[in-house]
Amino acid sequence: MDTADLSTLLETLCPMFVMVDSAGNIVNAGPTVQKLRPDEPMKGRAFLDIFELVRPRTVTTIPALLSLAGGKVHLRFHDEPRTALKGLIAPLPDGDGAIINLSFGISILDAVRDYALTSADFSGTDLAIELLYLVEAKSAAMEASRSLNLRLQGAMLAAEEQAVTDMLTGLKNRRAMDMVLGYLISSGSAFAMMHLDLDFFKSVNDRLGHAAGDFVLQQAARIMEEETRNDETVARIGGDEFVIIFKGLVDEVVLSDIAVRLINRLRQPMMFQGTPCQISASVGTALSTQFKTPDAAELLNAADQALYEAKRQGRSRHCLYSALVEAGFRTASSQ
Amino acid sequence: MHGLINRAIQSFVCATYGQSCWLRVTESAGLGFTEFEAMLIYEDSMTTRVLDALSADLNRPQSEILEDLGTYLVSHPNMEGLRRLLRFGGVTYVEFLHSLDDLSDRARLAVSDLRLPVLELREVSPAEYQLHCYPGLPGYASVMVGVLRAVADDYGALAMLSHEGHQGDVEVITIVLVESAFAEGRHFDLGARGA
Repeated sequence: MDTADLSTLLETLCPMFVMVDSAGNIVNAGPTVQKLRPDEPMKGRAFLDIFELVRPRTVTTIPALLSLAGGKVHLRFHDEPRTALKGLIAPLPDGDGAIINLSFGISILDAVRDYALTSADFSGTDLAIELLYLVEAKSAAMEASRSLNLRLQGAMLAAEEQAVTDMLTGLKNRRAMDMVLGYLISSGSAFAMMHLDLDFFKSVNDRLGHAAGDFVLQQAARIMEEETRNDETVARIGGDEFVIIFKGLVDEVVLSDIAVRLINRLRQPMMFQGTPCQISASVGTALSTQFKTPDAAELLNAADQALYEAKRQGRSRHCLYSALVEAGFRTASSQ
Repeated sequence: MHGLINRAIQSFVCATYGQSCWLRVTESAGLGFTEFEAMLIYEDSMTTRVLDALSADLNRPQSEILEDLGTYLVSHPNMEGLRRLLRFGGVTYVEFLHSLDDLSDRARLAVSDLRLPVLELREVSPAEYQLHCYPGLPGYASVMVGVLRAVADDYGALAMLSHEGHQGDVEVITIVLVESAFAEGRHFDLGARGA
């Protein structure tokens, strides 16, 4: 079989072949290889002037390349686009050079785009088209799964948010407060806990109905949010009971100021459908630093005792747990 | 029923008859929701109820609606991805017809739990083919009539299609190729992925 016959055969079987002579000059190149450099006929040029040998690195000359019979080489174009190619070397008989069959390997996705390749550029048994099909089909399926994941994640976040939110007031709920407390205690942070109870709320509820009661709770929640910073936790933990956790704030003077401001604002009558609703608030405050090893129940209990004392003193008041301790209400675990 | 199939029906109804029609249909089918997820599996009866409700709402026979669905799947801009996947089947319409034998395997390769009925192409003459649709998905043959018609347009081929009805449990579609290069056809660029 002469060179021309062989080339015709190869054009059908492997349209990406390159035939080189013993000096490394290109005798013939398959139609698909030539399509990659349409304006520069490859025939007659030196193989290594067009392609750069990437691997194996030790091979830099034509004799060394031709000695790699049956071996795989990695190549790329010297000029742009520097498409990567794989090549398999099959020597021709009698030292007449070799056939180097090229393939895109993994670079096929970019190659079909860069060179506008079509099915006709691949041999009928080449899996290139199937690979392209699979990439597109899998990408579409992956995209559908990803969009489902995003929606599920959105739903999960909404559910988690609801699980820690008091739906009436938009404040945190009891569960959220427990989580924040647990976190602050386990991380050893100093913080203050303010327990706030609305005074006369029951009478508003009884006289004006639940709608008025709900309105008052929402207004009270708004006031508490306005009087605190964003990183403080305001939670509604019962009907008209609230807890505010001040992270990193254990200054009793500052805390007392905040409590008094809160009480003063909550005492302003709230207008519900033209009817004034008059409430007030009693507040008790405890500090995590008042306990050697604070625990959530103990702190809540301390703030609760202070709150009870504030109520006992005639409502609309703020009482510090430290004042109770000084007055002799020592508990076993307090300092 | 695979969510992809339900989602295709939803997409077709919304694009063709509007969101309000889809809401009426899901309501009267008693779905309890209005959005199918493409990657979840639903009870078969849900799909049946949706198609029955759609047929009643539009006052059109189901087979006609399903043919339109098939056309939509190939020709609507929403479905460009699917059109491309089908065009991977061959360079000409006849090659595409022969690739239909592999369609259910191709679908399963892409989405492993998507089972489409087996199709078998029989060549009566170079200009006449019969597509045998095996059972497994009621209405699939009607959808395929619409798909084949739209794909013929896509390749620029002029073909006449008719749904011949049942032969035993197989449904038969006849494809008569009048002219394989009748018009220009739509362009198919292998590398246009994601463009």
